[in-house]
Amino acid sequence: MDAVIELWTALPVVIQIMIKIVTIMLPLMILVAYYTYAERKIIGYMQVRMGPNRVGFFGMRLWGLGQPIADAVKLMFKEIVVPSGANKLLFLIAPMLSIGPALAAWAVFPFNAGLVLADVNAGLLYILAMTSLGVYGVIIAGWASNSKYAFLGAMRSAAQIVSYEIAMGFALVGVLVAAGSLNLGDIVAAQQGSVFHWFWLPLMPLFLIYFISGVAETNRAPFDVAEGESEIVAGFHVEYSGMTFAVFFLAEYANMILISALSALMFLGGWLSPLPEAWVDGVFLLDHGFHWLLIKTFFFMFLFLWFRATFPRYRYDQIMRLGWKVFIPITIVWIVVVAVMKVTAMPWWFN
Amino acid sequence: MAEIRNYTLNFGPQHPAAHGVLRLVLEMDGEVIERADPHVGLLHRGTEKLAESKPYNQSIGYMDRLDYVSMMCSEHGYVRAIEKLLGIEAPERAQYIRTMFDEITRILNHLMWLGTHALDVGAMTMFLYCFREREDLMDCYEAVSGARMHATYYRPGGVYRDLPEQMPRYEESQFGSTAEAKRRNAAREGSLLDFIEDFIDRFPGLVDEYETLLTDNRIWKQRTVGIGVVTPERAMQLGFTGPMLRGSGVAWDLRKKQPYAAYDQVDFDIPIGTNGDCYDRYLVRVEEFRQSARIIKQCVQWLRANPGPVMIGDHKIAPPRRADMKDDMEALIHHFKLFTEGYCPPPGEVYAAVEAPKGEFGCYIVSDGANKPYRLKIRAPGFPHLAAMDEMARGHMLADVVAIIGTMDIVFGEIDR
Repeated sequence: MDAVIELWTALPVVIQIMIKIVTIMLPLMILVAYYTYAERKIIGYMQVRMGPNRVGFFGMRLWGLGQPIADAVKLMFKEIVVPSGANKLLFLIAPMLSIGPALAAWAVFPFNAGLVLADVNAGLLYILAMTSLGVYGVIIAGWASNSKYAFLGAMRSAAQIVSYEIAMGFALVGVLVAAGSLNLGDIVAAQQGSVFHWFWLPLMPLFLIYFISGVAETNRAPFDVAEGESEIVAGFHVEYSGMTFAVFFLAEYANMILISALSALMFLGGWLSPLPEAWVDGVFLLDHGFHWLLIKTFFFMFLFLWFRATFPRYRYDQIMRLGWKVFIPITIVWIVVVAVMKVTAMPWWFN
Repeated sequence: MAEIRNYTLNFGPQHPAAHGVLRLVLEMDGEVIERADPHVGLLHRGTEKLAESKPYNQSIGYMDRLDYVSMMCSEHGYVRAIEKLLGIEAPERAQYIRTMFDEITRILNHLMWLGTHALDVGAMTMFLYCFREREDLMDCYEAVSGARMHATYYRPGGVYRDLPEQMPRYEESQFGSTAEAKRRNAAREGSLLDFIEDFIDRFPGLVDEYETLLTDNRIWKQRTVGIGVVTPERAMQLGFTGPMLRGSGVAWDLRKKQPYAAYDQVDFDIPIGTNGDCYDRYLVRVEEFRQSARIIKQCVQWLRANPGPVMIGDHKIAPPRRADMKDDMEALIHHFKLFTEGYCPPPGEVYAAVEAPKGEFGCYIVSDGANKPYRLKIRAPGFPHLAAMDEMARGHMLADVVAIIGTMDIVFGEIDR
C-alpha cells in the first residue's frame, strides 16, 4: 500500500490530475451511455413495450445491454455532413462548446467528503458559470447550420436558457444563504443530521424550482422546445450527423446527470445518510457514503425520464411565462424567507 | 432603419408532424404565423379517375385506401351510393354489421388521431397506448375480412360474409412463450362478437386512462385551449363536418340527421363543444369513443339475437354461393358475369354520404347505364378542414400549427385522393 502511495506522490502533478480526470470521466461516460439505455428501457416499459432487447455481447442478448455500445460505434462510423451553406468552423466548434462545459463542471463536484478534483471555494459559482456556457454550443450550432429549423431551435434555446438561468441562479442563492458557503463540500456538510435536516425541507420551493429549471436548462421534456421533435424536427442539431451529433447527445445526457447530482448534493444531503447520525455511525451501507449520493442522483435521473414519458411539450412562450412570472418571483420571495430563517437562527436547521 | 421582412418556412412534406405528405408554406414573423399556405397533391393517385375504368365493385378497395385510418366508413359511403343507384337495400343484419363496423372504425380512427395529436403536442406515451387498443380492433377487421386494414368488406347489397364464429389465435413463437400466447388468446376463445364485447367492456376504462394523462393536464390544456378557434357560423361556411363542426357547437351528425344503416335503431348521443378550440374538439372526440362503444354494445346484442342473411339474394349484384356454383349452371353464369362485366345500374346520378370519423364522407356517382361509373366524385371531409388551415393558424405560433394539424385529423389519402 505504501509503495502505491509512494509511486503516486512521485508522479508529476499534471499526470496526477490527468489520472484523476480520467477516473471521473470514464465512469461518467459509461453512465451516460447506459443512461440512454435506461431511458429507452424505462420509457419503453412505461409505454407498454420492451425497449431495446436485441444487441448483447458475445452472441447473448442480455436484455439489449450492448445497445449503447452499438449506437456509439454506429455514430462513430457515420459520415459527418457539413451543409453547403454552413460556416464550417463554427459548425464543428459548436458540439465541442457544448460538451466542454458539461464535462468541466464535474471538476468541482465532490463525490464524498473530501473526494473532489478541485476543492474550489467558489464551486457553486463555477458550476453556474459552466452550465450557462453550454448554451453557446446550442446557439452557435443553430446559427452555423444555416437552416431555418436549426435557427428557430437556437433562438428558442437561447431565450429559454437565459431566462431559466436566472431562476436557477436565485435558487442557488437560497442554498448559498442557507449553507453559508459556496463550496459544494461545505454545502453538504451544512445539511448534517438526518433526512429532515437536508435543505429540501426549508428550501422546498427553491428545490422544486431548481430541479424544474434544470429540466428546462437541459432542454428535456416537457421543456424540449429547442429540439421540438414534432415542430422543428430536431431543432438546433437538425443538420448534425455522426459524431458531431453524438457529442451533442453526450453533452445533453452529461448535463442531465450533472443536474441530478447537483440536486442531490444541494437539497438531498449528497452523500449523507438519511438516518440520524447516531444510528448509522460505522454501520455498513447505512453510513454516509458515495452510494447514497448515487442513489439520490439516480432518483433524479429517473424523474427526467418519467417526465419525458408523461408530459406534453410546453409552447415556447408558455415556458417563458412560467420562468419569468412564476419561478423568478417565487425564488425572490423565498430567498427573503430563507434569509429571515437564517438570521433568526430558526431551530432545527439553522441553529 | 432596417427593413423587417417575414421569412418563409417550408413545413413538410418530410416533417414528423406533417401527417403524411402535407406541405405547408409558412410565412412567419419570428415564431408567429402570418400566413399558412397548405399545398396538396403529393399523394394524388387518381382514385376518381381509376374508378371510371372498372366495374363498380372493383373500386371498393380503392375506398379503403382513401382514408387509410377509417377504411370501412369510406367503403360504406361508396357502397351506399351504389345501392342507392341500384335501388337496393341491404338486409337488416348487414345493416347492423355495418353500423357496428362503422363504429369500430370510428374508434380506430379516433385512436389514431388521439395518438398522433398527443404525439405532436409532445405526449409520446399516448401514441403507444392508443396503438395497443388499435391492435385489437385491427384483429376484428382481420377476423371479418382477412385484412387488417384494407378490408373491402362492405359490398353493394350487404357485407361480404357473416361474422366468423371464431377468432384467429396466437401461437407460440420465438417472440412469445406459450403463457404469453395463452394470455393474448384469453379473449379470443369465443366468436368475433364475444371478442368485440370483451373489448367494448374494457374500452371505457382505457379511455379513462387516456383522459387521466391528458384531460386535466395543465400543459395539455395550455397547448389546446383557445388554439385554432372556429366560430359555429364560420365552421359552417367553411364546410366543416364531423368533430370539427361539432367542436364548434353545431349539433350536426349524419347518423342522427339523415340516419342510414341501423343508426335509427340504436341509442346514442352526439357530443358538442362550446368554444370551437382544439381542446373542445379533443373532448368531443373522446366522448365519441364512449358513444361508439355504446353503439357497438347495442349492435352486438342485436346481432347475437338475430341471425339472418347478410347479403341480398339477387345474384345479378351479389355473387352466388361457391357451393351452388358447383352444380348450378345459372349460378356459374351469374358468378362469371358479375366478376367480369359487373352490373349495369340505370342511368342517373346519386349522392350518398356517411358520417365518417372525420366528417361527412360522400360519393357522387353519375351513371350512364354502363357497368362502370361515368364519373365518381368523392367528398372527403379532410379537404375543407385543411383549406381552413390559414384561417385557423394565423396569429398563432409555430408549435400551435402542429396542434392545429393534429386537431384537424387530416389524412392525405383522402385529401389528395
